[in-house]
Amino acid sequence: MRVATGYGSRPTSGGFETFSWYFFRISGIVLIFLVILHLLLNHVSTDVSCTSYQLVSIRYENPFWRLYDWLLLTLALLHGMNGLRIVVDDYVRTRGWRLTLQSAVGILTLVFFLLGTITLITFHPVVGSLGPNCIK
Amino acid sequence: MYKGQSGMWSWLLHRIAGLGILLFLLIHIVDISLLGFGPKVYNEGIALFGLTIVRVISLGLIAGVLYHSFNGVRIILIDFWPKGARYQGVMFAVVMILTIVCFLPMAYFVIAPAFGINPGNMAAGM
Repeated sequence: MRVATGYGSRPTSGGFETFSWYFFRISGIVLIFLVILHLLLNHVSTDVSCTSYQLVSIRYENPFWRLYDWLLLTLALLHGMNGLRIVVDDYVRTRGWRLTLQSAVGILTLVFFLLGTITLITFHPVVGSLGPNCIK
Repeated sequence: MYKGQSGMWSWLLHRIAGLGILLFLLIHIVDISLLGFGPKVYNEGIALFGLTIVRVISLGLIAGVLYHSFNGVRIILIDFWPKGARYQGVMFAVVMILTIVCFLPMAYFVIAPAFGINPGNMAAGM
């Protein structure tokens, strides 16, 4: 039986596990840049207590940041949930539990993807009451 | 041969960091969804991130992200660079050094406000 580990030498068999193996690496490289810039913007150049409704409203006037955050959401969620799938594969040996947990991983991925995507698309600032600049 | 050596620790740390980041990501998607409930609700949620205890947890997140990023590059090099496997131990040391070197300045900005110090990032937004 071939056990998915996400590690090991380059797979050549094709199929989903090969796709998964490449997806980890390609999304990972993109995520390094997206995540580190995201951290620098929201924890270093601006303190997290200043990532207020007001700041988000200003930032999201530019569709670039919505797209940036959506890309971050999508790649990070798929990369992370695929990782969780492999962790379940590694440690859960009973068939029933495995199926249950893998299904839960799939459903959670879809639910969180939709929640994040809907938030990003539907956000419309409440004009006139943007709240304080920094939250104390 | 593998157990107890750098290969095992790098693998274990990579997995733990990855799961921790994923847990944070799920929480983060929920806190951002509070945007839909208006400024008051959203700001109350974000205010939690300013608490000292959450700042300390954020330090863990940042360390985890940096380690997972650099070690991810190490894994890719082991896979695609012909000499990658031979230098995996050296690369692990480089990963740890890079993680610490990048972590320290970022950590200062995150934790300073907990000590009442304004590191210059608490002014008007953007």
